[in-house]
Amino acid sequence: MQRPLRGVARFAGGEKQRIVVSQAKTGAYPHDVVAQRAALRKRPRVSETLIQGFLFLCGVLSILVTAGLVYELGKESLLFFTRQQWEDTNHTLVEPLDATQSTFKMSATGMALSLHGSIRIHAEVMTVVDLRGERVTVARGQQNTVAAAHAVGAEIAISRQVTLAEFFTKTEWNPQIGKFGIWALVNATLMTSLTAIVVALPLGLGVAIYLSEYAAARVRSVLKPLLEVLAAIPTVVYGYFALTFMTPLLRALFGIERVEIYNTASAGIVIGILILPLVSSMAEDALSAVPQSLRQAAYGLGATRLETAVKVVVPAALSGIAAAFIVAASRAIGETMVVAIAAGAGPAFTFNPFQAAETMTGHIVRISGGDLSYDSIDYNSIFAIGLMLFLITLGLNILSQHIVQRFREEYE
Amino acid sequence: MKARPLKDTVHLNTSDFAPNLAQRHRVGRFWLFVFQGSTLVGIVVLSMLLLNILNSTFGYVAVENKIDPDTLAVNGVPLEDLPQEELLRLLQENVSAGLYRGLESQQPFAERSRQDVYNLVLERVVEPHVVKSWSLQDSLFRRAQIAAEVADAYPEADLQFRSWLNAQFMRQPQSAKAQSAGVRTAILGSLWTVGIAIVFAFPIGVGGAIYLEEYAADNAFNRVIRTNINNLAGVPSIIYGMLGLAIFVRALEPLTSGALLGYADSTTANGRTILSAGLTLGLLILPLIIINAQEAIRAVPSSLRQASFGIGATRWQTVWYHVLPYAMPGILTGTILAISRAMGETAPLVVIGASTFINVDPNGPFAKFTTLPTQIYQWTSRPQDVFRNIAAAAIIVLVMLVLSLNATAVILRRRFSRRLDS
Repeated sequence: MQRPLRGVARFAGGEKQRIVVSQAKTGAYPHDVVAQRAALRKRPRVSETLIQGFLFLCGVLSILVTAGLVYELGKESLLFFTRQQWEDTNHTLVEPLDATQSTFKMSATGMALSLHGSIRIHAEVMTVVDLRGERVTVARGQQNTVAAAHAVGAEIAISRQVTLAEFFTKTEWNPQIGKFGIWALVNATLMTSLTAIVVALPLGLGVAIYLSEYAAARVRSVLKPLLEVLAAIPTVVYGYFALTFMTPLLRALFGIERVEIYNTASAGIVIGILILPLVSSMAEDALSAVPQSLRQAAYGLGATRLETAVKVVVPAALSGIAAAFIVAASRAIGETMVVAIAAGAGPAFTFNPFQAAETMTGHIVRISGGDLSYDSIDYNSIFAIGLMLFLITLGLNILSQHIVQRFREEYE
Repeated sequence: MKARPLKDTVHLNTSDFAPNLAQRHRVGRFWLFVFQGSTLVGIVVLSMLLLNILNSTFGYVAVENKIDPDTLAVNGVPLEDLPQEELLRLLQENVSAGLYRGLESQQPFAERSRQDVYNLVLERVVEPHVVKSWSLQDSLFRRAQIAAEVADAYPEADLQFRSWLNAQFMRQPQSAKAQSAGVRTAILGSLWTVGIAIVFAFPIGVGGAIYLEEYAADNAFNRVIRTNINNLAGVPSIIYGMLGLAIFVRALEPLTSGALLGYADSTTANGRTILSAGLTLGLLILPLIIINAQEAIRAVPSSLRQASFGIGATRWQTVWYHVLPYAMPGILTGTILAISRAMGETAPLVVIGASTFINVDPNGPFAKFTTLPTQIYQWTSRPQDVFRNIAAAAIIVLVMLVLSLNATAVILRRRFSRRLDS
């Protein structure tokens, strides 16, 4: 029996590997082929794995961002709904109360106290143990407060929380007096967004049909970049435009006494102009994607250009156009600077487009623009509004993606 | 069987269509008019927007001086020719001692140039202030009326034509007075924040795009990432501002205020720093960069990858030496568009607390700051008309910046697509 062959194979890159080839195999393969096989075998590459891991993390970061968004908005909103607030009952003490007494008498008129509820006199929190008309028995010094003496006339406040029912059904938003009815803000958002959609929908579709079905290539090559310019202008510029051009225009048209300086109509129209390029370019993409053969078939049947566009091309591109409108609506709802500048700075529940009303985004900007302390109901409340805004826009975006996938007409 | 006569046959000729056809063409012409009209409306609105801004940037102003410069002449030498010592004396005589010391401590007078001192005298002693301003339109067409109005209402005032956008406006920091305010601090703040945003978002965005296009298998998890990125791109920017407020400004305050790195500033910004703003903007543009980079990488022909694999390159070698260089112009185009977006974002910066009155240049990532868009917002919100004028001038600066970025992106894209065609 022959001795196995031993040797050192030298690979590209200067790597060396000791090779032992048994005699049986040398019969089948020449030495160098065996060496090559060893070289081509997959080896672990640390740097490749590290790089792949880093790239994976980059991809996963977007999930973390979403998780962070949901967590922060959710956490602060939860604090908003569980936070204890004090509301004045109009009851006052009618006899002095020292630090040890557990029963006191209060004035007759005012809001009813609830048994086992918390009340507050000055800084001291108490729990109501017994209620007999105006005579109240309490446990003193609750919630880490210290029992103290209170004089006649001290005001009694009761504890309350913002309930979901109150949040979603009431129409007054005024944090100073503890009114948190989101409809005041949602209504203003709907007013501006609807105005915007009424402006942008017909105009955008008109522009899209003109660009895709009528305009010559040269006209289109000028107009499309122009629309892109319109889309690139920062929104704060549109806010300036609303305040210094649209509002004076509306006031000149409808009368200064009827149109307030800050109003939802002006903000809404300008948001409409702002989302116009978005609607028209998305709709134009959808129309251009309809194959030429469909148009030619329609012409062949004797249809005019308009009939081809309206009865053949638009229906074929309907899913894309619908998606464009929904994305535009979501953009209009989330638009901030135009409403912050032109729609007014004070929540108001009104259906009059010529009156000032603060939208959800406008309120967030105004509240957070000042010096905001983190441990306040104001801070929590803007996150509750933000969560609402996030859910609405997310819902609309998912809906638009769903429409595109579900109803897309495939032409091959 | 007898053949039935073809009763149903209709003989058509052009005359049957004629009345209908004319009607159809009329309708067609009407709607073409409507479509063209809506395009025209878009163009008109764009021009109104730009004209409206120009209208406020230039125009007549009535300027009143607190002290007439002629009375400050010393021995017949007019103010503008006085030597530095005389100017200093004027300054010392006419401003409060506290202000004088304040100016001295900012920069000693001995080190200041004569021009600098002259400007200080103009600003603090002569104190010109704009009492009324007129739009460009009025200045062009109602000149006589304006002159009459000024003579009537402001007899002391001097009527001059002013371009609010001027060299001084670009060089000066923010000021409480409209005519001496400038955008220098705001531009520097914008550059800092956008710079940090790009440094943060570009590598991560491109990395994410490479992962999704070159590495990720088509499984449920990766589909979730893809959908998630599309949804993130549609989240309103103000929500990112709130995320930034909760995470960068509040939770990571020791890091973003620089305290963790031993950076202690007496004028603490409480986490409302350039770094927080930059990271917030970075998160905001991340989905945009990923989506654009994905498209650019997808456009790389797969023959290139196969050739690279065929000669034994690893996956990363293929990506680094072949896919990325080919996709780079597309990736850069998307990144420039993202920069332009970040440059114009206002709402998230207002939420995380871009301070609006800052008159010192930002000196690093842990400084308080203001940016061009927040500055415009703040000026626009002021009731006085003159602040509208400087807001308009600042808008011109911002729009120029943003549009030149976009133009670069368009040119890059044109070149890129031409290269692919050839």
